Amino acid sequence: MKKRGLVRLWIGFAGLLLALFVLVLWNINAGSVHIPVWEILKILFTRTGENTVIVWNVRLPRIISALFLGGALALSGFLLQTFFQNPIAGPFILGISSGAKLVLSLTLIGFLSAGIAVGSFGLILAAFAGAMLSMGFVLAISLKAKRMSLLIIGGVMIGYICSAITDFVVTFADDQNIINLHHWSLGSFSGMSWENVGVMAAVVIPALIFTFLLSKPISAYQLGEVYARNMGVNIRVFRIVLILLSSVLSACVTAFAGPISFVGVAVPHLIRSIFKTEKPLIMVPACFLGGAVFCLLCDLIARTAFSPTELSISSVTAVFGAPVVILVMLRRQKEHL
Amino acid sequence: MEYYISTEHLTVGYDGVPLIENIEIGVRRGEILTLIGPNGSGKSTILKSMIRQLKLLAGTVVLDGRSITEMTERELSKKLAIVMTERIRAELMSCWDVVATGRYPYTGRLGLLSSKDREIVDEAIRMVHAEDYAEKPFQQISDGQRQRLLLARAICQEPEIVVLDEPTSFLDIRHKLELLEVLKEMVRSRNVAVVMSLHELDLAQKISDQVVCVADHRVDRCGTPEEIFRDEYIRELYGIEQGSYNALFGSLEMRPVSGSPKTFVIGGSGSGIPLYRALQRNGIPFAAGILQENDLDYPVAKALSAELVSVPPYRIPDDTAAERAEKLIESCGSVICCVQDFGEANRKNQDLLAYAKSRSLLVEPEELFQSVKGAEV
Repeated sequence: MKKRGLVRLWIGFAGLLLALFVLVLWNINAGSVHIPVWEILKILFTRTGENTVIVWNVRLPRIISALFLGGALALSGFLLQTFFQNPIAGPFILGISSGAKLVLSLTLIGFLSAGIAVGSFGLILAAFAGAMLSMGFVLAISLKAKRMSLLIIGGVMIGYICSAITDFVVTFADDQNIINLHHWSLGSFSGMSWENVGVMAAVVIPALIFTFLLSKPISAYQLGEVYARNMGVNIRVFRIVLILLSSVLSACVTAFAGPISFVGVAVPHLIRSIFKTEKPLIMVPACFLGGAVFCLLCDLIARTAFSPTELSISSVTAVFGAPVVILVMLRRQKEHL
Repeated sequence: MEYYISTEHLTVGYDGVPLIENIEIGVRRGEILTLIGPNGSGKSTILKSMIRQLKLLAGTVVLDGRSITEMTERELSKKLAIVMTERIRAELMSCWDVVATGRYPYTGRLGLLSSKDREIVDEAIRMVHAEDYAEKPFQQISDGQRQRLLLARAICQEPEIVVLDEPTSFLDIRHKLELLEVLKEMVRSRNVAVVMSLHELDLAQKISDQVVCVADHRVDRCGTPEEIFRDEYIRELYGIEQGSYNALFGSLEMRPVSGSPKTFVIGGSGSGIPLYRALQRNGIPFAAGILQENDLDYPVAKALSAELVSVPPYRIPDDTAAERAEKLIESCGSVICCVQDFGEANRKNQDLLAYAKSRSLLVEPEELFQSVKGAEV
């Protein structure tokens, strides 16, 4: 790599880490109770002070969740864009998040009415089943339709169908928990516990490492299937792994925070325009960091913009993410003329 | 010498439907095997099967003594490199990056390039003379440059065989030539085997050691270029009905204009060829003569003229030929002479010129074109 590229690389990563650090502090600092920075540091290191409970039991789990889940979403988006060779693919647009939401709601309502509590891993499993269901439909469409717009339209339609059924089920389920369910189905990072954080870390971190180790075949796959195969990539296995990884990541997000829109599509593009590369060795960690930063920022806005009323996270991510998607489409249009 | 790659009773096709059966072809290291044949005859299908992109329906492909289906992806990738027609998407990649992907089978878990890998990439880029644009984005270079870089990519995979599917399509003649020069150089210096498909018969004839003709979903014939490139066979292979193919020169001529000749062209030593073609273009049937059959004009005159007076090679035209020519001149009613200097062997043509002058039948080409156009109006 040339010197200029290396400089860009260092500045990019340094910038992302700095933004992450600042946003973590800001997120602890801001809220209905304002906590100054010196007190945050004291609480973090000594666990004493009057706001310890707020920081330690409410804000920190929420921040770490936003970090992990945001990273997971962006990574899932990057994998889907690679897989479908489609720049506006993402877990929400392709209806994968909504599929996860549907099966998750059905499972929750089913188990709740039977009086059985569902653990975190159970939730992820249900979401994963839903994600795979939607993914199956999307794959079927992608086999028939080679045009990128058709794939997206198909995905959006699947998303609508899943959301409609979810709404239907939620409306007619009679349980106190429905209020929670309704809240969750809009997407939110609120109410995370340390137990939740532990489970999502156990899913997301291995998935991140595994994806990073897949950088080499991903880079081959970016040249196209024919060349990837010639380079020694077992395409069948590789594609299955890619599908499973992106589904696990988006299922994990949906299980804890509900469907969150546009992070998966927009973040990889923002990262591309910062780093000016498509190399997965850089894209994988950078997308993860970028997703974390993006979600921390959006969550901050969701919590504080109209405090004490909290916005759903998706309404904030959409405001920032949707314009990016439009820009990407316009730019590609220009390139193809 | 043993074949480096060969097919045994190979049947290829899509989705289990056989397209071509019982293919038996092979190539040695240091040789170029070229597949020719009409569009849609199955050349690409054969190539894709040989590089294991398509499932073999029957038979085997043996590479270096082993069946390719028994090899692992990695083993195969160190022996076989490809340049295919699929457009590669290389967003945000420089040309150098694209070439470097050829090192894939040799790099470690994360695909990081060692300094030796970098040297090999640089060398491959030098070999295809692409140093000037190596740092440019791959999306911004021309088709010709792109093909060269893909060849460089194949070179840096250090293969023992390279398979190319129509590598020269969409290139202008200069880039076609340059690409094939590089290919030939690679075959020579690295002793690799090459299997490729080509549309350009003239180039195939000049670069190939072995030629395989694919037509109507079968391998029609295999052999050296000398055995394959014969006028009649190429006509038959491609079903050429509306013109002619000169295998020696690899040149195509349009079909002659039908009708009785309107002018007689005195030609020789290549002087008549431009006029023959101009007459054909303008839809004017013509007679030509008197040509020795080893004359440069002869193949084109034979392909395009309505009537041709010729004598066997190195023979001086005799009275019979001259009389026939005079008769043709009478019926044509005009003569165009392309010959400036007459020598011992074409005195008869000089006589014909004198004959035409004496009867004031000699015209300039422009006059003829004018009069024909006038007549049409």
